Amino acid sequence: MAAILVFALGVVTFRNLFHCALCLAAALIGTAGIYIALQAEFLAGVQILLYVGGVITLVVFAIMLTEHLAGKTVRQNNAQSLPAIVGLAGFVTALIALILKTPWPVTEAALKAKTSAMGLGEALMGTYVFPFEVISIVLLAALIGTVVIAKKDAPEERP
Amino acid sequence: MIAIPLQHILIFSLLLFAIGLYGALVRRNIIGILISIELMVNASNINLIAFSKYTSLSPETGQIFALFVIALAATAAAVGLAIVLALYRIRKTVQADEVHLLKW
Repeated sequence: MAAILVFALGVVTFRNLFHCALCLAAALIGTAGIYIALQAEFLAGVQILLYVGGVITLVVFAIMLTEHLAGKTVRQNNAQSLPAIVGLAGFVTALIALILKTPWPVTEAALKAKTSAMGLGEALMGTYVFPFEVISIVLLAALIGTVVIAKKDAPEERP
Repeated sequence: MIAIPLQHILIFSLLLFAIGLYGALVRRNIIGILISIELMVNASNINLIAFSKYTSLSPETGQIFALFVIALAATAAAVGLAIVLALYRIRKTVQADEVHLLKW
């Protein structure tokens, strides 16, 4: 867990964005390990396939297309670093106190409950079939929108 | 059966969320902001799965929520990066504070 936090810090502090993306990949793989520790193996697989395989590839593509990797390093942070750290420290301490004070209803029965990819599929096709369909439409719309936004304009529309 | 107490996982995901929020607040590069947002989404996913494991009687619920969150985060990343590419093509910059077209 500490390694994941170190990688996350690397994500937000490195100057070279390419290193940030690699650190993000490492942090996401570590998170998949936590999923396995929480007995959500299917989610761990989805995490690695979708995040590490898909999102990281997209991010690296975008970095390659927009960044001039050779040479000059621009300032990556704005001037609000100190207020952000102070505010977040207050936020974190308040929430840690809250987490430690709350009596979480951890039950033995819940700890013993087993989950499998089969149960996930049944729930997805039974109880949650409507959100499933909605999210497929959202994915389709987002894909079309991505292509429309990212494609080059027709030559005659160029000013 | 499980060695990790729930509170430790919650505090861990809180720290991860705070790091992501710091990055989203402080970064100038739009791609850096998007990466930080992915980190925050990831922290919330850990929370969902931990709660579904420790307190819920049907652990499928939390996992399916996490599944939906992962799908939506992937969508957001794709659309966001497409917008960044279009912006870079028009304005030749990816720094968030250099795009002040709508600022007075």
